[in-house]
Amino acid sequence: MHFDAFDRYHEKESFLHRLDPRVKVLVTVVFIISNALLPDGAWLAFGFAWLFVLVNNLLSKLGIGYTLKRSIIALPFALIAITVLFSIPGKPLTTFNFMMMDLTITDMGLLRFVSILIRSWLSVQMAILLVAVTRFPDLIHALEHLRIPAVLTTIIAFLYRYLFVLTDEVFRLLRAREARSAAVPGSRSGGGVVWRAKVAGNMAGQLFLRSYERSDRIYNAMVARGYAGHLYTLNPHEMRSADYYATALAIAIIFVTHLLGRF
Amino acid sequence: MPVTHITQQFPQHECSGDVLAVNDLHFSYPDGHSALNGVSLKLCGGDKVALVGPNGAGKSTLMLHLNGILGGKGEVEVAGMHLTRDNLPAIRAMVGLVFQSPDDQLFSPTVFEDVAFGPLHMGLPEAEVRTRVDAALEAVRMTAYRDRLSHHLSVGEKKRIAIATVLSMNPSLLVLDEPSAGLDPRARRTLINLLRDLPITMLVSTHDMAMVRELFPRTIVMDEGRVVADGLTMDILENETLLNAHGLEKP
Repeated sequence: MHFDAFDRYHEKESFLHRLDPRVKVLVTVVFIISNALLPDGAWLAFGFAWLFVLVNNLLSKLGIGYTLKRSIIALPFALIAITVLFSIPGKPLTTFNFMMMDLTITDMGLLRFVSILIRSWLSVQMAILLVAVTRFPDLIHALEHLRIPAVLTTIIAFLYRYLFVLTDEVFRLLRAREARSAAVPGSRSGGGVVWRAKVAGNMAGQLFLRSYERSDRIYNAMVARGYAGHLYTLNPHEMRSADYYATALAIAIIFVTHLLGRF
Repeated sequence: MPVTHITQQFPQHECSGDVLAVNDLHFSYPDGHSALNGVSLKLCGGDKVALVGPNGAGKSTLMLHLNGILGGKGEVEVAGMHLTRDNLPAIRAMVGLVFQSPDDQLFSPTVFEDVAFGPLHMGLPEAEVRTRVDAALEAVRMTAYRDRLSHHLSVGEKKRIAIATVLSMNPSLLVLDEPSAGLDPRARRTLINLLRDLPITMLVSTHDMAMVRELFPRTIVMDEGRVVADGLTMDILENETLLNAHGLEKP
């Protein structure tokens, strides 16, 4: 069984798909940084940034609501910021009792919370779009070109390659347990909680050992083909003039948006 | 019950070991388990040799010695070069080792990058690397898979790509560890045809006795870290006492 749930790439023929991966990574990172640095309550800039995301959605031919739908999964993580509602001094809006504590929501707190929510939501959408229009190996190449240390890009490449193998391994382990989780008629199946925890612990240990031994075999396979501590790659990417224009235009738009939020 | 080992001699052509010569190789794993107890064998240009024997006979361990991944006591000579630390890179370019699990062999995100890995690490120029990758994929008839992701391939496809990853290094000796294990009949047939057509000296460990009879004129039988028989496949497969003594079956 192949487990491809992690592959977020969507094959399509579009301007964004054809763009050099370096451009896409760079623009995404600049967009996210600009977003994070916008002051609270810069509604106009937030609006323009969202427009930018929407236009990119259209350019990718994945549909205007593509990233909006998928960005919902990131929402629970934004709830970590919920404490700013009560911890920023300002005009009290309402007070309620939670677990014998009086919590007061202030106007400044609310402003910051909403701003954080919008910022992270916009950033997540951009990242989702990036992986949807760029094949993963191309992403790694782009990072290599942008001078990210080889150790990091190599780790990411291996992670991507073996995530699938590991997931398969996990499912094989789970299936093996399932297949033997029988019950005698009339008696309760499953055993005690401690026993079950022990089984799960053993499975985690098994997974670690198998991965560890696999890493040994992979290293041998690399050494057998001449690996001596440094990875070499050929890269098929070349920046065309359209790539340069697109970078310039996108960065300019992001810059203007940022200025709008500042003044 | 201990197995008594009498190395059986079968008539075969004269071979001085111009591709590979292993002499009295001993190896123990760090946990003390001794895997090789004095293995000697010689391979000559154009030889296609099967390496058979029960699980734990030391076949895989022997293969890991052939390009210096493991280093036991004894001599390993590849194309007349004694294996030392200094000529390891040169020897690794000459001995193409394909591991049993293609998931271990294929570690790059795309097929192209995996096949290009060996030539790139030999320091070849880019144009040469591309030519070799195309030639290797052509040889295993997988040209259309050039830009595919390795983890989306079937086992049979992965095996063929795994062979291409060493073919691209133009090895003078191909060493394959159980290439037909886990393949369905059609994938196995494709693989057998592929191995037959490759004009390279090869040493192939396998349990697939039908493939041995069909493909390899010469067979080496190993058991308990020793070579117990070395000769013409048709002679060895007729010797049922020998096969039974070492847990093998006549196909």
